[in-house]
Order: sequence, then C-alpha cells, then structure tokens
Amino acid sequence: MSNETHTPYYVPEASYWPIVGSFGLLGLGLGAAGYLQGLAWGMPVLLLGAAVTVVMTVGWFADVIRERAAGLYSPQMARSFRWGMIWFIFSEVMFFAAFFGALFYVRVFAVPWLGGEDPATSRFLWDGVVLSWPTAGPGFLDLDFTPMAAWGLPAVNTLILLTSGVTLAVAHHAMRHGRQGRVLVFLAATIVLGALFLGIQIYEYGHAWRDLGLRPDTGIYGALFYMLTGFHGLHVWIGVIMLAVMLVRVWAGHFTAGRHFGFEAAAWYWHFVDVVWLGLFLFVYVL
Amino acid sequence: MSSVATHPDHGAHAAAKPRGFLRRWVLTTSHKDIGTLYLLFSLAMFFIGGAMAMVIRAELFQPGMDFVDPYFFNQMTTVHGLVMVFGAVMPAFVGLANWMVPLQIGAPDMALPRMNNWSFWLLPAAFSMMLVTFFLPGGAPAAGWTMYPPLVLQTGMAFPFLIFAVHIAGISSIMGAINIIATILNLRAPGMGLLKMPLFVWTWLVTAFLLIAVIPVLAGAITMLLTDQYFGTSFFSAAGGGDPVLYQHIFWFFGHPEVYILILPAFGIVSTILPAFARKPLFGYTSMVYAVASIAFLSFIVWGHHMFTVGMPTAGTLFFMFATMLIAVPTGVKVFNWLATLWRGALTFETPMLFALAFVVLFTIGGLSGIMLAIAPVDFQYHDTYFVVAHFHYVLVSGSIFAIMAAVYFWLPKWTGVMYSERLGKLHFWTSVVAMNLVFFPQHFLGLAGMPRRIADYPVEFMEWNMVSSVGAFAYGAAQLIFVWTVIQCMRGRGKPAPAKPWEGAEGLEWTVPSPAPHHTFHEPPKVV
Repeated sequence: MSNETHTPYYVPEASYWPIVGSFGLLGLGLGAAGYLQGLAWGMPVLLLGAAVTVVMTVGWFADVIRERAAGLYSPQMARSFRWGMIWFIFSEVMFFAAFFGALFYVRVFAVPWLGGEDPATSRFLWDGVVLSWPTAGPGFLDLDFTPMAAWGLPAVNTLILLTSGVTLAVAHHAMRHGRQGRVLVFLAATIVLGALFLGIQIYEYGHAWRDLGLRPDTGIYGALFYMLTGFHGLHVWIGVIMLAVMLVRVWAGHFTAGRHFGFEAAAWYWHFVDVVWLGLFLFVYVL
Repeated sequence: MSSVATHPDHGAHAAAKPRGFLRRWVLTTSHKDIGTLYLLFSLAMFFIGGAMAMVIRAELFQPGMDFVDPYFFNQMTTVHGLVMVFGAVMPAFVGLANWMVPLQIGAPDMALPRMNNWSFWLLPAAFSMMLVTFFLPGGAPAAGWTMYPPLVLQTGMAFPFLIFAVHIAGISSIMGAINIIATILNLRAPGMGLLKMPLFVWTWLVTAFLLIAVIPVLAGAITMLLTDQYFGTSFFSAAGGGDPVLYQHIFWFFGHPEVYILILPAFGIVSTILPAFARKPLFGYTSMVYAVASIAFLSFIVWGHHMFTVGMPTAGTLFFMFATMLIAVPTGVKVFNWLATLWRGALTFETPMLFALAFVVLFTIGGLSGIMLAIAPVDFQYHDTYFVVAHFHYVLVSGSIFAIMAAVYFWLPKWTGVMYSERLGKLHFWTSVVAMNLVFFPQHFLGLAGMPRRIADYPVEFMEWNMVSSVGAFAYGAAQLIFVWTVIQCMRGRGKPAPAKPWEGAEGLEWTVPSPAPHHTFHEPPKVV
C-alpha cells in the first residue's frame, strides 16, 4: 500500500491462519469430546485437530517472524505485543489460581468439615470419621497410598527449576549486551535444565503411580496433586519449546541487543512457570 | 472529554475494501468488518436463544405439561442461558468494542488485528459444538447454565461437548479482551490521556480486565468437572474429600465479575448517549470512571451472595451480604450522575435516547431487587424462585440488551451511512419496553409467592401471572423482528443518507470521520487537545 510509507501504524495483511486455527481448535474439542464418549471417530478427529493447530501455530509465528524481519513492525507494534504477552500471562496466573483456590478451600474448609469440625456436615455424612491432610477422603479410608515427600527428588527438582531461572536471567542479560555466544550457552543450559525437570517429573509420576499408590482417583489429594503438577508440567513443556525456538532464532541471528521481544516473551513465560512451581512446592509438597 | 483539533484527511486514504467474500469476511483484519461479524453473530444467537425462551414461555403459559417434556424444558432453560450470556450479549459488546473503540480513540485498527479475527471465528466453532448437542442421544445439557455438580455430571453424551464449547468460547473471550486492553493502552491518539477517554472506552478497559481475570477461573472449574467425570478425580465429591460447594465458589468467583462484564459496557453506552441527546456534557465524568473501577473491584469479593442457602459459615454469609450492599454506592453514583446529566438538558427523544432512558429506569428496578436479594435472611425465601429470574432479566434485558439496542441505533448511521427509520425504531422501542415489563414484572409476584425457577409445571394459583408473562414474551419476541427489519434496511442502504455527525449533541472522534466510516480510518493519528 502506498500510504504505508508515511504512517506510523501497521495493520497486517489478511491471513488464513485464524480460520485455520478455528478449525484446529474445533477439531481438538470435537475429537476430545467424541473420544471421551467412546465414539470411533473421536481419536482421529482429535489428532487431526491437533495437527492443524500445530501447523497453524508454526505458520502464524513464521509469518510474524518474516514480517518483523522485513521491518514492517513499528515500535508501537512491539508495545502491542508486550501488552498482549503481559495480559496473556496474567490470564494464566488466574487459571492456576482456580486450582490453588480449590487446594486452599479443601484444606481449610472441606476436609476439616467432613472430619468432624462441622458436626452439621459430618454427622449426616461420615459420622465419627477422622481426617487429616493429605487424605483420599472419607469414602476411601481403606485406600492405601503414600503422600509425595517434599525433600527427595521434588526438592532437587525445585533447585533445578530455580537454577534454570538464573541461567535464563544470565542469558537475558547477555542478550542486552549483545553477547551472542554467552546467550547461546546459557539459553541452552536453561533448556537442558527444563528438560531435566520434566524427565524427573515423569519419573516421579511413575514412582507415585506404581510405588506410592498415588493416582488421580486417590481422592482429593491425588486429584489436586495431578491437576496442579500436570498443568504445571504442561506449561514447562510449552516453555521448553518456546525457549528451543528462541535458541534457533538466536543462532540464526534474529535478535539484537535492542530488539529481542520474542526472546523476552519466552523468558517472561519461563519465570512465570518458575514462580508457579514455587507455590506448588510449598503448598502441595512441603506443607 | 476530548475535543478534536485537527481533522485528518480521509479521502486520500480510503483504500478499497478487499474483494471477494473470503478475503472480506473470513481472512479479514479490519476491526470494522470483524465488529460487523460479531454483531451479526450475536443477533443470530439472540434469536436462537430467544426461540428457546419462547418454548419456555409456551410451556409455562398454563399449568400442566403442554408442549414439551420436562427434560427438554430443562435443556431449554440451560441452553437459553448459555447462548444468551456467551453467544448473544458478550459478542454484541465485543462487536461494539471492535467497531467503536478504535474510532473513539483515533486508532487505525485493533492492536492485534489477526488475533482479533481468530477471536471471532472461534465463536461459530464453540456454538456449533454447543448447539449440535441437541441432536445427540440424550439431548442438550439440562443442568442449568451454571453447570453445578453433581447434577451436570449426569448429563448424557452432551457433557464433554458442553465443556469444550465453553472452553473455546472462553479462549475467544480472553483473546478478545487482551486485544481490547492492548488497543486502549497502546493505540490512543496523541493527547488522549486516560481521563480524556470516552466512557465507553473506559468501561471496556475495565471489562477487559475482568474478562482476563475470571474467564480462566471458569476454565479451571469446568476442567475439574471434566476430570471428575472421566479421570476419577474427587474435586466435587465429598466421598473423596472434595465438596460440590467448592464448584459453586469457583464458578461464582467467575460468575459475579461476569455479570459486570455483561453490564459495564452498557454503562459506557448509556453514558455516551444521554449527554448526546440532552445536549449537555456528562455530569461527573471522573466520578463515573471511579465508580466503574470500584464496581469492578467489589465484583471480586461478593460471589457468595449467589450461595446464601448452600450452608456457608455465618461470618462468610455476613461478609458477602455487606460487601454486596456496598455495590449500591458506586452504582448509585452512576444513576445520580445520569439523572444530573439530564437535568435541565435540551432533551430530544430519538430511538437511542428512548432506549437509554428506559435503561436508567428499568436497570434501577433490577438494581433495587438486587439489593433485596443481597439481604441474606430474605434471600432464603427468594433463592431459586422467579423473583431471581425477574431480577436478572431486568438487569440483562432492560439493562444490557436495551443498551445494545441503543448503541446499535446510535451508531448505525456511522456503520451503514444511512439513517434508520425513526418511525420503526420508535415502534420497536415502545413494543419492546411494554412487552419486556409484561414478561418480567409479574415474575416478581410469582417469585415472592413461591414459584420455583427451572421447573416445567406449577400449581394453578400461579396461572394468571404466568399467562401475562407468556403473552408479554411472545410480544417481545415479535417486536425484535421490527429491529431486524430496520437493521437490514440500513445494511441495504435504504434510508436517508447520514451526515458525518447525525446527532446534534454527539461528541467524540467517531463523528469526525464520514458516514459510512471508510474502510481505513485514522491511518494518521488525529490530534486530541
């Protein structure tokens, strides 16, 4: 367009990716629902939807990277991306808040009430039952499980994730000073630490499932344990992918000391995931 | 409020619209086209949800089982609520934000135009998934729009479709809200400080914040429903140490801010229209902004008033009761400011003004019945009766929907370039306002007399007022056809050509661009002094 030369604003061209993404999520949702209901077409549609969504994500980001490389983005556009990422992370905080809220409610109200603190509840449900956290609930008292201990591998994992936060901060600092080699080393270290965290987490899940008898259906403790650590693990996984993409982009020389928002957004996300883990470690494992 | 110092030259920049249906509507990045899509989608959902309301009122016309079986009746009340909240009112406000926020702050488009398009195109995906459940074995969800467990877990095949449909609609809302917030914070024309923004923009800024804060909480709640159903978790089962009441807490932590999401943009619209037709500036602009912010803050700490009868500790009940009553203070500030705006104004009564005035009166009735419901001991009698139904339809129909109607009539000339038929507009208004009160005012009496909600049958003594209510409902439904006709006529370009500023007393940047607004506006930012 001819008038783009004298305008500070940039309105991107029409794109196929949004409508592709809508079909992708529709496929994911329909497929997952069909699969959960045991319908034969469920899993194929789910996989197709997932594939379309992945293609959309890759294609859309590739377009954005291309347009940015072509110099189409103004500093104002960069600020819009920043606001977008900040509010996206805030929405993620609130998503985890729902599960932390459930944890606090269960520990402070639901379990004590069922365990006799509120006679109006306990007398009519499980009279005389004694409950203490962690519990699988008054209906599963004969269930034998061991709660996850905090000071074994989970503590090591906490250290690993905190260290990854430090290495990423070092990489970020190096990025600001344009020291690409240092960025590569510390970014790679962050990714390795993140992957290590995930590996240990998978090992812990196996241990919990087999040896501790701790499963999603182990009452409210199992439910909260797997829901919180599971969604956190998923976010670490996404974070590792983001950082891996950034590693490639650093390698390809996409970033300068002054302009590296893609890297910065991934770093913000990683630190957010880090902080969620601290809350998790404290309230699910230690206390 | 802002005034405009320079008029940018639009003629030179009025680039051609993209050709072809696909490029114009499906791949679009234009905030105006996406706004139109949102509004048309919302209109379609308004009629789908409205058709369900007609089934409900037909069944309740007289006692006994007349037209549908009780299970289908429950599907009607459930999906009517979901469609109207998530499919009609929210997308209508997002559509208005898409059209008007960039025009009102002097921005060329939304901050993230492609994501904007995705936000819209997720809605047809979500609602086709929700509505297809009517054709599944067992039918559509029937446990109420609040999806309380354990009842909702007894939903048949529709259950996971419902959950994922709400998830996708939620993703759409979150992305839409992120976009609006980024647009308002980043794309305001030079000179438009925060306290110079039009009130519609202010209310949307706060609404977008509420959306980003609470939609993920809803996502968490329904995810726990899903795992309780399919993965054996015990979040809402007392046997496993969980609690069904926990769902209600999480849901209403979302649900109460949600009802302000449904009304704050309406406040913004009314605060725009009343000054335009009173030909006076809005009284107490700054206090309006602070009132909106206070309402948003309070909305986070009052959710328990939806649960007074569920058995909360007395201290909790009292806290939620008093916190809820506090909301009357900022809301009162707004109502008195609107009245003061009208005071000694040179009032004229075009259709947008009529809807806005009806909003002030009827929304206040809904607000007052809300204060009655906030009183915990009294709520023990009102809970789950038709009094509640009357209350929230006063704030949603004569509140949100009347404001949306007012906004459509107010800005239709800007969107289409022609004036709507004032005669038909007034006919639509008067039939709507009479019918709306016929539908919902008697429901106060029914509720106080003890008629419960969400039940397909009732004792004979409730018959007279139910008949009045049903007749009103059919009239209200028919009246909306006048609205559709009026809008279609404008979209076809039938009517008097509209000048850039068709309303004598209107203020704001949107009136500095021609009508219809060219495909590209404010490619160079206007200067605001």
